[in-house]
Amino acid sequence: MAALALSGCTVPSFGASAGVTSSSKSVYHLWQGFSIGAVVIGALVVLLILWAVLRYRRKGDHIPTQHQYHLPLEVLYTVVPILIVFGLFAATLVVENKEVSNPKTNVIVDVNAFQWGWKFTYPGTNALVYGQTTQDPEMVVPVNTNIHINLTSSDVIHGFYVHAFNFSRYALPGVLNEFTIRAQSTGTYFGQCTQLCGLYHSLMWFRVKVVSQSDYNAWIATFNNPTAEAAAKAASKTTSQQTASLVPSKGSTTKYGR
Amino acid sequence: MTDVLNPPVQIESDDHGRGAGGGLDDVHGHGHEEHHGPTGILKWITTTDHKVIGLSYTVTAVIMLVIGGAFAEIIRVQLASPNGSLVSLAQYNELFTMHGSVMIYLFAGPFAFGALANIIVPIQIGAPDMAFPRLNALSYWLYLTGAITMLSGFFVSGGAANFGWVAYAPLSNSINTPGAGADLWIGGLLLTGFSAIFTGVNLTATIFYLRAPGMTMFRMPIFTWNMLVTSILILLAFPVLTAGLVMLYCDRHFGTHIFSVAGGGVPVLWQHLFWFWGHPEVYILALPFFGMVTEIIAVFSRKPVFGYKGMIFATLSIGALSLGVWAHHMFTTGVVLLPFFSIMSLLIAVPTGIKMFNWIGTMWRGEIWFSTAMLMALGFLFTFLIGGLTGIYLASPPLDFFTHDTYFVVAHFHSVVMALVLGGMAGLYYWGPKITGYLLNERIGKWQFWSLFLGSQIFTFPLYILGLEGMPRRVATYAHDPQWKTLNDISTVGAVIIGVSTILFVVNVVVSWKKYPSGDNPWDGHTLEWFTTSPPPHHNFYRLPQIRSERPTWDYNHPGHQALHHGQHDELALHAEEVPVS
Amino acid sequence: MKVEAKILLGLGLFFGIMCAVYWNWSLENAGGVMMFAAMLLCFLPGGYYYWWSRRMKARPEDDPNATQAGGAGVVGAFPGTSIWPFTLGMGAFFVVLALVFGIWFLVPGLTLVVWAMLGGTAEGRRGGQH
Repeated sequence: MAALALSGCTVPSFGASAGVTSSSKSVYHLWQGFSIGAVVIGALVVLLILWAVLRYRRKGDHIPTQHQYHLPLEVLYTVVPILIVFGLFAATLVVENKEVSNPKTNVIVDVNAFQWGWKFTYPGTNALVYGQTTQDPEMVVPVNTNIHINLTSSDVIHGFYVHAFNFSRYALPGVLNEFTIRAQSTGTYFGQCTQLCGLYHSLMWFRVKVVSQSDYNAWIATFNNPTAEAAAKAASKTTSQQTASLVPSKGSTTKYGR
Repeated sequence: MTDVLNPPVQIESDDHGRGAGGGLDDVHGHGHEEHHGPTGILKWITTTDHKVIGLSYTVTAVIMLVIGGAFAEIIRVQLASPNGSLVSLAQYNELFTMHGSVMIYLFAGPFAFGALANIIVPIQIGAPDMAFPRLNALSYWLYLTGAITMLSGFFVSGGAANFGWVAYAPLSNSINTPGAGADLWIGGLLLTGFSAIFTGVNLTATIFYLRAPGMTMFRMPIFTWNMLVTSILILLAFPVLTAGLVMLYCDRHFGTHIFSVAGGGVPVLWQHLFWFWGHPEVYILALPFFGMVTEIIAVFSRKPVFGYKGMIFATLSIGALSLGVWAHHMFTTGVVLLPFFSIMSLLIAVPTGIKMFNWIGTMWRGEIWFSTAMLMALGFLFTFLIGGLTGIYLASPPLDFFTHDTYFVVAHFHSVVMALVLGGMAGLYYWGPKITGYLLNERIGKWQFWSLFLGSQIFTFPLYILGLEGMPRRVATYAHDPQWKTLNDISTVGAVIIGVSTILFVVNVVVSWKKYPSGDNPWDGHTLEWFTTSPPPHHNFYRLPQIRSERPTWDYNHPGHQALHHGQHDELALHAEEVPVS
Repeated sequence: MKVEAKILLGLGLFFGIMCAVYWNWSLENAGGVMMFAAMLLCFLPGGYYYWWSRRMKARPEDDPNATQAGGAGVVGAFPGTSIWPFTLGMGAFFVVLALVFGIWFLVPGLTLVVWAMLGGTAEGRRGGQH
């Protein structure tokens, strides 16, 4: 019902964006709903404070009537917030259940985070992408398809975060975190590590490139070429000593827009 | 018939008693010339007087605030350009780790429960001192040495701790963070942790055992009530942090594998332990300031606290709920029970809201006097409202998934802590005269207020937007998104204005030094501390009034204007019963 | 003493219920154990105060009609100045430094700690001069 109401008129974004996945849009609407509530309550409280402060300024030495409680009012502002909280919780559950569901799909990407880069492998294919820090490794996925991601870490905790997906998840050592993404628009979306993981945490960049199904198939096929396969495997053996040379020098500019 | 046993308080035939007039016997009646105690620095080192200890805490905490603030200003300068080179990547990790650690462990906590609480709680309940004065002194020395220990990380090779103020495993283990800086951080927290626990014990015992005659639990001031709940939270939470730190130290040095996968351990266990302490900790920080602000608003509106019992119920609810929400800091781990922590975290907004409406109710139909203390308290209301509302978003896992570890969270908690700073300043302006006997300059105070309040908003608002645009936290560079520079610069302007307000505070203290004597009760305060002299004498009271409500001093000074009881609508009916004084 | 007891027992009960719900629902042991311990930590002093409150005569601070004259008498023992908190604090400081810089720091550390404990005990309740 909220979605219907919201789609009927232009609701402000309150700073967030709709993103490009099916669940990012639900998250966005939930954000807008929470924000409307926050603005209404916030405005009410601010107005009450301002009114009190202006209307009840000290005018003389008079001692005001010493009221100290009003039971019906106190009950009201205990019960109403509890009801609001349950409403917010219900709306949360709807979106949350959608986000944590993992429908069956045959596009699977193993995302491995390590100090300080990302490795993407596609089980059942030969595709492998590897990059450290600002090498910005690119995960290619098909549009309008459920992508099942298996997120792992080789060392410390990292954060897999893509702004355009309105989503992040920790890569925890010793734990397999699984989630599903369904991108609805093609394009290249920037991601980076959001959980402090050591020296080059600021530079653990990656990209997600959403392409058409046919382009995706073609891309997967390129890895069946033995040269490409060997090159990818060699890249994955790069040691961390080489990481230092990959840090951008001072004054370098970005290559990709958002 | 059972024998009536003595109460469990140890009563000694000693020289500290209350006379028939209520107050101290004439042990000290022959004047100060009889005192041949230690002087100078030896006096400071051996004091057990809660007022001196509390003042030591205050001064040390403000120094920590300045140190933590200096780190913040360096961070802001580094973030002034997308690929700044003021500090190296390694130094930056040390900077934000120590900024957070100094501010939370070494400034906010000790200020909240060791500074003003130490000085004011005994006086508010009519006690001569804290229940365990030597333990109180020990708490201070553990705090000071803990602070020195943590900060000396900067002087060892490898530098200070650099794994964030939360020290997540496995980043904090000896493979990923070798070096003494991390161990000094752990050691410093062991010392300050025990300092806090001992203060919790002391405050609880004092409040339970040393109240003056007639001061029943439901006549205690709201500040004291809040300190009681804070103390219980300290006792429940700090041992968990201490245990976690010991485990971390063992993993680092004794070959245990509690938090490492390789040895069959569980890294996320650190987060459970840390946040089980960490969330009550933020309420340990907040509740004292809630209490201060409650009293200040009441006094400067010339009205009793609105909804006194509701306030106590709200404080107890916040305390109780705060132990059940810790994993909302862990929503993105994927291994915690989302709905449980979501509903509990949403619910904790309800008692906070009750308090907000009670503060408004206190002002309603009052006679509001805009002293600096009151302005600071109002600034607290606005700023905490913003911080509190943004916290509600974070209680919803889907909304947390995309704001976690971004500047949105940084903005949220900075709104809240700037509110606490405003509350703390309110407390200093309000109780400063009671402690020192001198007022602070009101004009400089107003300049300080406006710069602190406006600076806080200018500092935090851009950070909310930056977080929503995707800027992660704990990054030394945002070279990928140079368009974020503008918002970062606006935030920095706010941070500089906050720095200016801190300088103004120091200026005020210097300029007002011993200049404006305050008298016993400059604000027409309601609670018991305003009945005694400013500063209070040794053991706090020469005499005590009769206590028949939660406002004994107000009742004494304004008989006929007691708080209206059930069914009463006007005070004329009260004139018939004057409030007797012993 | 009844109000004090009820506060702690009430909190303990709340933690017990929260623990039962949480532990059964999540099957997560760290949180379950910690909440259970929190419940016990509230029940222990709460139970003690409750037991005492039913056996003690009303203290002046529990009596809403108490007078200051009625509550006159000894309040408690308050030590004056004392060097032992500082000594113990410095001892603890050195013990912690031993964790960081080496076991030999335990020599001054434990010396000061033991000395402070002996001195503080010998000082008794009176403490030093005022």
